[in-house]
Amino acid sequence: MRPSNYLSPALVAVILVLWEGAVRLMEIPVFILPPPSTIVVTAVGRASLILPHAAITFAEIILGILLALGTAIPLATVMFAKPPLEKALSPFLVASQAIPVFALAPLLVVWLGYGIASKVFMAWIIIFFPITVSLLSGLKNCDPEYRVLFRLMGASFYDTFMLLYWPWALPQFFAGLRVGVSVATIGAVIGEWVGAQQGLGFLMIQSNARLQVDLVFAVILWLSAMGLVMWSLVGILEKKMIKWKPI
Amino acid sequence: MLKISGAAKIYGGQTIFSRFDLTVAQGQFNVLVGPSGCGKSTLFDGLTNVISLDKMALSWKGEALPHLGCHAAYMQQKDLLLPWFSLLDNALLPVKIGNQSLAAMTTMAENLFSRMGLKGYESHRPNEVSGGMRQRCALVRTLMFNRDLILLDEPLSALDAITRRRLQSLLLLLQTEFNKTILMITHDIEEALLLADEVYILSPLPMVITDRFVLDQEKPRKFTDPRLLEIKEKVLAQLQEGAHR
Repeated sequence: MRPSNYLSPALVAVILVLWEGAVRLMEIPVFILPPPSTIVVTAVGRASLILPHAAITFAEIILGILLALGTAIPLATVMFAKPPLEKALSPFLVASQAIPVFALAPLLVVWLGYGIASKVFMAWIIIFFPITVSLLSGLKNCDPEYRVLFRLMGASFYDTFMLLYWPWALPQFFAGLRVGVSVATIGAVIGEWVGAQQGLGFLMIQSNARLQVDLVFAVILWLSAMGLVMWSLVGILEKKMIKWKPI
Repeated sequence: MLKISGAAKIYGGQTIFSRFDLTVAQGQFNVLVGPSGCGKSTLFDGLTNVISLDKMALSWKGEALPHLGCHAAYMQQKDLLLPWFSLLDNALLPVKIGNQSLAAMTTMAENLFSRMGLKGYESHRPNEVSGGMRQRCALVRTLMFNRDLILLDEPLSALDAITRRRLQSLLLLLQTEFNKTILMITHDIEEALLLADEVYILSPLPMVITDRFVLDQEKPRKFTDPRLLEIKEKVLAQLQEGAHR
């Protein structure tokens, strides 16, 4: 490894040491700010409490992503294939982003209940937009000279889409998916804050109310780990599907 | 026979060409030589329906057509290979899209690959090989269109001089071995004289044919032929005169 590769782990280590030192020296109580060592002990020691909640949140996020993929890919494709439709729909897509989605969370709980449906829906609205927009712009980005080549070969829209447009748009699609996956966690957790009986967001609110700040931090640690895992899963999938250098 | 008559295009008030006529007899290799920006590519874009011309009467093998969209194969300066496919899959793209038999055409493509010196590179991706190899692959793809008429739009102008010379002899195979009818545009006079049965010299805008040379020398040709050198001088003089006009 080059020295630059050591730099960010070293920085993290320095921050953790400072944090630990400051908390101990200044004798800050655990219910205000626990030291990193306590957080790690809690995160590991209370895994049996945290993990079932994490599984729920994870399921909400995954379902939200799948739902978003299942709707964003067809919508972007249809909007790409029919430009008048794109013209008609894109103002709504943009306007939908002006709505503070998190403000909808209480309503969603009223409409869809305290179960996972409201959280899945929340995650879905949040991921849907970046995937649709990035896929659409990736499809539209295709070099017109290639389109001419396909037209001269007598290719149908289906052939052109499968052999040219879709592979062409893949890098941008994945860029959108990566953004989507990282914000999906926020959506699910906020949904749980507003009203839930399980999930990591629910656990955070509960432990916060009981001043179990170390548990709150432990949950945040698990959430971050989950986000990191999903981020790298998308990365692995991207590497598997895009084995060429972009043009 | 390919017959273009009365082709006209005005673009932004500028006449690109008007009443442009051209014929290419069956099995002939005709080349248009002209300065860059003289409207050659506009003509080709019109022939292939990339843009619509203001006027054009077109016939191919005696049949009147609005454009050559489904009758001609097309090869241009950019190889336009898809980076996600191997060279062989790229060459077979017209077969996959059309309704031709993939098995038979695959054998043909593999044979062509070894003829073109691409043997062993079938499963390489375009970014893993040189520009000359990519253009050879594009040439195989052009043959895989399985069409009798081929339009070549400066197919070799992005290549270095040595690679270009080697690929010129491969272009000749289109005519000598596959009996294609070919219309090519280029600004490389030597290339035109080595390959063409007829060379047309074009003027700058508006594009008109200022001269025509019929070359009956046997192919493959070499530039030691004094007649070719003589014609080359004439063509150069023509083009320079056009430039100063």
